[in-house]
Amino acid sequence: MSELKFGDKVLQSRLIVGTAQYPNPDIMLKALEASGTELVTVAIRRVNLEDDSEESLLNLVKDKFDVLPNTAGCYTAKEAILTAQLAREALGTSMIKLEVIGDDETLFPDIPELIKATEKLLDDGFTVLPYCNDDPVTCKRLADMGCAAVMPLGAPIGSGMGIRNPYNIMIIRDMVDVPLIVDAGVGTASDASIAMELGCDGILLNSAIAGAQHPVKMAQAIKLAVESGRLAYEAGRIPRKLYAKATSPIEGLITSSTPE
Amino acid sequence: MNNDTIAIIGGGVIGLSIGWQLLRNGQQVEIYDSNKAGRAASWVSAGMLAPVSEAGFEEMELLNLNLESIKQFPKFAEELKEDSGIDIDFRTEGTMMIAVDRDQAEQLRRLYEFRKKIELPVEWLTGSEAREREPELSPAIKSAVWIPNDYQVDNRNLILALIEAVKKRGGTIHEHTPVESVSVTNDSISGITINGEEKTIKRVVLANGAWAREMKGLPDNVRPPVRPVKGQILTLRMTKEFTLQKVLRSPKVYFAPKKDGRLIVGATVEEKGFETFPTAGGVKYILEEAWEAVPGIYDLPLEEINVGFRPSSRDNEPIISDTPVKGLYIATGHYRHGILLTPVTAYEMAGIILNDKPSELIKPFSLLRFR
Repeated sequence: MSELKFGDKVLQSRLIVGTAQYPNPDIMLKALEASGTELVTVAIRRVNLEDDSEESLLNLVKDKFDVLPNTAGCYTAKEAILTAQLAREALGTSMIKLEVIGDDETLFPDIPELIKATEKLLDDGFTVLPYCNDDPVTCKRLADMGCAAVMPLGAPIGSGMGIRNPYNIMIIRDMVDVPLIVDAGVGTASDASIAMELGCDGILLNSAIAGAQHPVKMAQAIKLAVESGRLAYEAGRIPRKLYAKATSPIEGLITSSTPE
Repeated sequence: MNNDTIAIIGGGVIGLSIGWQLLRNGQQVEIYDSNKAGRAASWVSAGMLAPVSEAGFEEMELLNLNLESIKQFPKFAEELKEDSGIDIDFRTEGTMMIAVDRDQAEQLRRLYEFRKKIELPVEWLTGSEAREREPELSPAIKSAVWIPNDYQVDNRNLILALIEAVKKRGGTIHEHTPVESVSVTNDSISGITINGEEKTIKRVVLANGAWAREMKGLPDNVRPPVRPVKGQILTLRMTKEFTLQKVLRSPKVYFAPKKDGRLIVGATVEEKGFETFPTAGGVKYILEEAWEAVPGIYDLPLEEINVGFRPSSRDNEPIISDTPVKGLYIATGHYRHGILLTPVTAYEMAGIILNDKPSELIKPFSLLRFR
């Protein structure tokens, strides 16, 4: 299976996992490990960057995984830019998963503010990974601006509703050349496979694992699903047909009984 | 202080109750608190005793311990009243878990199914049935789960009672007296340092909650993996016209009404280290979610906004344990269950210290599980 590349990152695992809402830090660490992920994302506004205690969430994950800071909880470009800058200073990474939320019930992104923040952060030397709608034009615009990947949602954050508009994901796949990562919406393993079969380069998720009854098992299930989805995509599926096509050829073996 | 004295570091409900039980067993006890006793997490808590509503999918041993502790509460409260004269308002009206919208109802259904499956007593209610039992609930309530056996106490009375009981039994509480370090010699406790002066002592119970990890002088192998989990919590004042009886819990907030008219509404759960201030966002979150579930709170006086630090271990389960250092005992990491686990922690820790070995019940909560 091929690798996932964006910015200066080369990842064997195509799964990026969030660090929120696990029953406890111990299960979080075990689930992250079981998922096979190399890159985990941390909401910068939900942690205390000045807390250098060994048991802080950030320190627990920093030891074992690369950290992709995110701007979850930001509602304006200004907040998101500031959060990205704090993250770069504290963590020494210029990668940022950029989220600018436009509505607190659906957590849909605010695209005008997202574009504004993207422009500024790219100009400031950041590797920007924007969380956006599954709108092909928005994704194309973000890719053209110089984002290292585009990360459209499959469904609202935390909803577990899967890939609601697979056709848009297919169009986005056609329209952008940078890595395409589905960010949000995956509820269980098959959702991840579906996204990967559509040609996504990776999956970013959190709730599907953290909120499962048994997060470590679900992490392993999703690891396998991402791998099998990717393999299926690389293998190239057969076309869908309306009628059966027998697996063993039978033409010519049976004479027709219908009258001429 | 003589050689047999047991020093307890931390004067919250855990340290105080262990001290009190040791005193009842004829030991000499000195309790040290860096501040005023009981004014950290113990004070800020809501006093809910909620083994059933808090049951987690992968926390069966903790559930057992929680159930055992709530069973011990009546006896504990009675003994405490004997020694202190203070009633801790052990209330058995029960608890209702509520769902305010369609998504919360789905979530609640899953929690209900799980509790049914493991045979905990729960009852499914429609929105209307829930509102018959608690008329202050919003008409938006979709469904609810009735939990007859989750109770509550007044945690502040519990603290005051424990302080009285310790004194009555001849213990000493040193307030505003931080223990600066513990001394370990040949893998045994040999002393504690206070005001720069080392005192000889053979037995120490580390019970200073979220701060336990930071105690100086602890060898690395007994340093408990504990962190603070910040919680913001509000106190409203109920009126004659507006009174709740039962504990209510939505997936986002809870309400714990106290006999003296306080209504505790909480709480945020934040991985923010020792960030001591409340935030606009935290208070907004609690009030918004609370108002959605119980609109009648709108006009109630907002009396207090508090911040506390839940002492939380790596697996969010308590550490109630002896240690590889002889004479060093640890009781911390009680996370969301400190008040509930007070009786079992006190009885079991006294047992560990006096019998020199942990019971089968408490063994899963050894410090050694993290090695």
